[in-house]
Amino acid sequence: MSKNWPLWEIFVRSKNGLEHRHFGSLHAADAEMALVNARDVYTRRSEGVSIWVVESKDITASNPEHNGELFEPAQDKVYRHPTFYDLPDEVKHM
Amino acid sequence: MNNSLPFGRDAQRAERVSLSFNLKTNTMSDEQIRNLEEIFEARIARDEKIEPKDWMPEKYRKTHIRQMSQHAHSEIVGMLPEGNWISRAPSLRRKAALLAKVQDEAGHGLYLYSACETLGVSRDELYEQLHSGKAKYSSIFNYPTVSWADMGAVGWLVDGAAIINQVPLCNTSFGPYARAMVRVCKEESFHQRQGFEIMLKLCNGSPEQKEMAQDALNRWWWPSLMMLGPTDAESIHTEQSMKWKLKRKSNDDLRQQFIDQTVPQADLLGLTIPDPDMKFNEETGSYDFGEINWDEFWQVVKGHGPCNKKRMKDRVGAWEEGAWVRDAAMAHAEKNEAKKLKKAI
Amino acid sequence: MKQNNLYNYILSIADNSLILGQRLGELCGHGPTLETDIAGTNISLDLIGQCRNYYQYAAKVQGEGKTEDDLAFLRLEREYKNVLLVEQPNDHFGYVMGRQYLFDVFHLLFMNDMLNSKDETLAAIAKKGIKEVSYHKRFSGDWVKRLGDGTEESKAKMQEAIDDLWTYTDELFDMTEADKAMVSEGVGVDVSKLKEGYYKEVSQLLAEADLTVPESKYFTRGGKKGIHSEHMGYLLADLQYMQRTYPNMEW
Repeated sequence: MSKNWPLWEIFVRSKNGLEHRHFGSLHAADAEMALVNARDVYTRRSEGVSIWVVESKDITASNPEHNGELFEPAQDKVYRHPTFYDLPDEVKHM
Repeated sequence: MNNSLPFGRDAQRAERVSLSFNLKTNTMSDEQIRNLEEIFEARIARDEKIEPKDWMPEKYRKTHIRQMSQHAHSEIVGMLPEGNWISRAPSLRRKAALLAKVQDEAGHGLYLYSACETLGVSRDELYEQLHSGKAKYSSIFNYPTVSWADMGAVGWLVDGAAIINQVPLCNTSFGPYARAMVRVCKEESFHQRQGFEIMLKLCNGSPEQKEMAQDALNRWWWPSLMMLGPTDAESIHTEQSMKWKLKRKSNDDLRQQFIDQTVPQADLLGLTIPDPDMKFNEETGSYDFGEINWDEFWQVVKGHGPCNKKRMKDRVGAWEEGAWVRDAAMAHAEKNEAKKLKKAI
Repeated sequence: MKQNNLYNYILSIADNSLILGQRLGELCGHGPTLETDIAGTNISLDLIGQCRNYYQYAAKVQGEGKTEDDLAFLRLEREYKNVLLVEQPNDHFGYVMGRQYLFDVFHLLFMNDMLNSKDETLAAIAKKGIKEVSYHKRFSGDWVKRLGDGTEESKAKMQEAIDDLWTYTDELFDMTEADKAMVSEGVGVDVSKLKEGYYKEVSQLLAEADLTVPESKYFTRGGKKGIHSEHMGYLLADLQYMQRTYPNMEW
């Protein structure tokens, strides 16, 4: 009859000014517990000032099978990058 | 311009293969699998990381689940011999440090189980494998901790040997494992120091204390050497594991490295390594050492060490006694969820 | 000693943290999940940290050159002045969380008051401790609610723990000689005044947890006078083992 605690993904902001970053995962029965557990598991050494928890099953991830169509078309758009443009050496900062 | 294009030959081939591979009917010719495997191995050889949803050979997946879960099991079984001394630590400072260390081991077990779970096995399944005796864990934790000095010896020797194994794993090919190991290694840096400091204090203390330290070294030295695994001649998984960067050095090389770094530390402590054959070899620049009792090693691995039964009894006991707590938390969460839904309607 | 009352007063607070921290430490590696093990250890570490601050201060007040460890490890059972509640064993997780919650509510009220102590060291310890203890109470309170509301089995077990531990709650508000002296100097907390708020808060949470507030008016006391339960001797046997077996050594 036992039902396992679901898996949660933990995102931690290390300090104000930085984004929340994926830190890892853990098990918890509900969101409240996930937050509290995340505090104890992932910020024991003052690693964070803010925590997000998301149940793992609620994350939709792209499939690596589709990486070709999703990401490769961006690779030849070199004109999106500043190095694409020729500038005379005299222009030092632009 | 062509050089800036990222499409190597492998990548083009990967695309071709993946387009012709129909996931739904799950039919792949042997040749297609061979192609995928070749591309996969090439990615690892280029130091690319493999992520959970990437295609991977079944053997890669299984080997990783096995190694990561063994590693996780070792962390949590490893909590027991040290946890044994938390309530008897001789000072408040030592008590706090030991608590923090054992707590870290729980954390490390947790990170590693999580890495395993990305491959689709749940922590509960992994526990089941541990509790039923199907899964292994590091044999060293089947030795008893019978004196306070054992906290020193375990930190100094066992964590010392573990670090040698773990640091190279920060670069292993499977992304979640590598990331877990980065965190583990960062946190472990205080563990070995903590152990060495305990030894140092004992060795600078009373004759009784020094004797306690020597006694601990006598008991933990050989199991620590065994902990680095069977000799290369007897090790089955080595070659494949090297390729997948699950292992960067052979067991014998790791053992030699451990001995060479530890012997001078023992000298510093004024302790004697319990090996009459231990001798510095000018030619190799390493220490020669005596015969390891591999019969003892296999006896412990096969479940007949001094504490195998007790360790499992403690783990299974904690798990079973906790069942009602886990169930209650789940039931409470579901009731709350239902209440919220009702309110929304 | 000139400041005998202050010394005794500090020790009695310190002992609560030490003994509860010791109890929680016994659990490390034996909890229902890894996550709860890690959380329980954090609480234990907070309490050990608090008692170190107290013992160091008490040693200074005493002025006999003793260390925190002399005070923590080398007194006789009668000289430990912790309340009976904190020395109760980890019978099951319901007891662990029940004991924690029943102490945490008191502990936070106590610290909130100690913040206004004329004694700067005690006020400073309280300032830091309030944050820790607030978290402890949140953690233990959540668990009491979870177990009370969860399954029939967990409800029965949580109720059993609350019923058994209830008898030790009233002692929290007893005023010892040291308490009275310290209150009169504006240093100590008048714990007798915390009683009403305590029972109100606890009763509220128990109701939320769908648990029954015990009606018993019979209470057990003694710890504050150094007269402990049978459990205490075993706890001290573990705690003091090294210091007693190998006296006068450094570790």
